Amino acid sequence: MKTNRRKFLNFLIGGGLLGWISSVVYPIVSFLIPPKIPEANVNSVSAGTAADFPANTGKIIQFGRKPVLLFKDDNGEFHAFDGTCTHLDCIVQYRQDTKQIWCACHNGIYDMSGRNVSGPPPRPLEEFTVNIVNDEIIIINPAG
Amino acid sequence: MIKNIGQKIYAWVDERFELSPILKFMSEKNVPVHRHTAWYYMGGVTLFLFITQVVTGILLLFYYRPGADSAYESMRFILTEVNFGWLIRSIHSWSANLMVFFVFVHMFSTFFTRSYKKPRELTWLTGFVLLALSLGFGFSGYLLPWNELAFFATKVGTDIVGVIPVIGKPIMAVLRGGEDVTGATLTRFYAFHVAMLPAIFTVILFVHVLFVQKQGMSEPEGFSKNKKTMPFFPDFFLRDALLWMIVLNVLLFLAVFYPWDLGFKADPFSPAPAGILPEWYFIFMFQTLKMIPAHVLFIEGEVLGILSFLVAGLAWALVPFWELKSKRKGFSNPMNIIGIIALVYIIIMTIIGYTS
Repeated sequence: MKTNRRKFLNFLIGGGLLGWISSVVYPIVSFLIPPKIPEANVNSVSAGTAADFPANTGKIIQFGRKPVLLFKDDNGEFHAFDGTCTHLDCIVQYRQDTKQIWCACHNGIYDMSGRNVSGPPPRPLEEFTVNIVNDEIIIINPAG
Repeated sequence: MIKNIGQKIYAWVDERFELSPILKFMSEKNVPVHRHTAWYYMGGVTLFLFITQVVTGILLLFYYRPGADSAYESMRFILTEVNFGWLIRSIHSWSANLMVFFVFVHMFSTFFTRSYKKPRELTWLTGFVLLALSLGFGFSGYLLPWNELAFFATKVGTDIVGVIPVIGKPIMAVLRGGEDVTGATLTRFYAFHVAMLPAIFTVILFVHVLFVQKQGMSEPEGFSKNKKTMPFFPDFFLRDALLWMIVLNVLLFLAVFYPWDLGFKADPFSPAPAGILPEWYFIFMFQTLKMIPAHVLFIEGEVLGILSFLVAGLAWALVPFWELKSKRKGFSNPMNIIGIIALVYIIIMTIIGYTS
């Protein structure tokens, strides 16, 4: 009878202690998890005038919170891809000398159609649509 | 007169806190003397560099302002306007690098002299945690100037955490303070660097040093046959102090003649610059991730590389519990072979990282 009471009390105190620890740890962990910040749904951005964009060059365009790589090939055609390397999150660039998309962090290389052709990137870059409207470059997210 | 006052103060404190047993312990403390005694100094040098970090870090806090719009500017202010700002910052950066270097030297010397063996398993384990925390200090501090190199190093480093299955993504979000590396990441890294890590590090360092004091210095095998020791006070202590002075001079030489560069301000919408490299102590991992192909069988190369490093790190932390016992010495001892492979791998990958 006595032992049972002791066991019961130990269980109660132990359970109370666990409850107390969780009531301290839970708010701290929740505090550290960043809240979701509502983001404006960006489906398209303007990237300047097509005539001002030299051939065989590229630049990073801000697409909402994401970088997008825009480049113009030798034929004057525009291409846009997700600017984040599929390997480890670095931002890629267009290389004029090799006419490839290059990530300097781990020497990842994609061809001009965004396919991963050399180095560690495991997947191709997501392609964006480029439209020229009255000489203005408009980049459109096909998923949006 | 001064001696008299000193004695009076000592008597006053002793009467209340009984200092005599502590003094007795310190006066009887001996350090074994043998051909590997030099390695005993490595822990002390690391401690000295940690103290330098704390002092210079506190000084930098007087001017540093965290935030994507203020961090780089405040660092430039420290370097160009504040009296001796460039020196304090340079000492802080150099001593951080030297500290990590000596942590590695201390760890490998402990490994090769088998000092981690029973009864010192927990000393090794706490030492390993201190190594991990030192790397955490380096990684979090690297971002604080908010320059280009630091920005991409942090992007890659935190993305590596995100690759870990199941728990990786939530941890990455907590580290970054969101999905991407932004000003929120900088604020978090600042909190890690100046508050959280120092608090945890100090507690574990205290435990680590306490273990060493309680168990004494590890003696090599066969030492008891021809036992030779030196008193810790003053013999070993003075040698330690001399070495600290030498390290301080080296540190000042490096800080004055090779001051740390600030680089360009981070721009989250510019491509990663060519020749980007993390801190030297992460290069061997960086180079491995660079060399692993995109896919190895059915698994992505980066996942394989990161999981391999996690398993290897865990195995290294638990060395005292799985040690391969052997009476062989030198290159034929399996533990020596494991240690040499690890060391050579780190050195070769670091050299390739810098030269390729």
